Amino acid sequence: MPLVFAGVCSHAPGITGRSDQADPDVRDRFYAAFDRMRVDLTAARPDVVVIIAAEHFANFFMDNMPSFAIGMADHYDGPIEDPGWLGIERQRVPGNRELSQRFITQVMNGSDVSYAEEWKFDHGIMVPLHFLTPGYDVPVIPVNVNCQGPPLAPLQRAWTFGESIRAACDALPERIAVVGTGGISHWPATPDSGKINVEWDLDFMDRWCRNDRDALLDYDDLTVYADAGQGGFEIRTFITVAAAADGAKGTVHFCEPIPIFAVSCTIATYEI
Amino acid sequence: MSLYAVQKFLYEINRSETLQAAYTADRHAVLEPYDLTDEEIDALVEPDIGLLFHIGVNGQILMHFAAFHQIEWQDYLQRMRDGIDEHGPVREGVYAMTIGLDERVAPVHERAEDREGR
Repeated sequence: MPLVFAGVCSHAPGITGRSDQADPDVRDRFYAAFDRMRVDLTAARPDVVVIIAAEHFANFFMDNMPSFAIGMADHYDGPIEDPGWLGIERQRVPGNRELSQRFITQVMNGSDVSYAEEWKFDHGIMVPLHFLTPGYDVPVIPVNVNCQGPPLAPLQRAWTFGESIRAACDALPERIAVVGTGGISHWPATPDSGKINVEWDLDFMDRWCRNDRDALLDYDDLTVYADAGQGGFEIRTFITVAAAADGAKGTVHFCEPIPIFAVSCTIATYEI
Repeated sequence: MSLYAVQKFLYEINRSETLQAAYTADRHAVLEPYDLTDEEIDALVEPDIGLLFHIGVNGQILMHFAAFHQIEWQDYLQRMRDGIDEHGPVREGVYAMTIGLDERVAPVHERAEDREGR
């Protein structure tokens, strides 16, 4: 069954944890865009949501850091953060071990991945699920791209990983949705938090919507770090989704800076 | 290697309620298995968020640890600023500080009723 949905969204913890500190006008328009994404995702009737996130040392550490990892369990718990701080209560999110195993087996035809039968969700997955599957009733397959602990996989490897994910979706009978999560430019979890390079973000999302492989891969980590901060390394998740969309064109439904959330809050989808 | 040990401890406590309970009961005892300097032990026991940021603890790991300690967001940011002010720039890693010590880039939205109340 071909892919039934592909999109990306922000996952910053402030989106749920510091909602009371944001300008309510822009915040509410962003939440509305998130809700429209939920409606579109639901309309696609996915059997499973493959959620491609950049996690933050919830499961993987520098003693054994995979560039790409995929979950393979019947359920996942999260958030690992203090629930009051994140604004999301602890949940048990359904998975599907058997489907994950078939999915991973297919992905491995094109990309080397680690698999994980244990996985604790942090804000990188919990914030998007809070909006997109608020009943936590759709099975998920969590995917992680290392965007935290350099050395990081080069961008072209993220692209290849996305192609492998698409090939896996095409090879399986289930209806599969792919959602990438992350920030574009941002300097999270430092005193710089709230610094946003809006121009850089809009240019990146233009490349993403055109699904222009060469333009999306025309970055290097040194310039990303300088122009988009350490959080900018998370463009790997967006690039993975672009490759999985296999040439489809995209639409940005929302992309505006909300400094207290630390990012240009973004909602975008591809025409699948 | 020592910064690695600091971050390893924080990684483990961030994801383990059992270790969180042990830390709450006896902060020094839970640190004994880790290869830490006296400075690092003091920073983890206090907790000294500013010093941990200065020595290069990844901001994501540190942010989760601060949340466990119920440190409010703006206070967390200020503690990191204070650490840089006292100890100097971040020693290593990609989670650094590029703005000025007094610069604020993510102000809390000022609600209309608060403005009117002044």
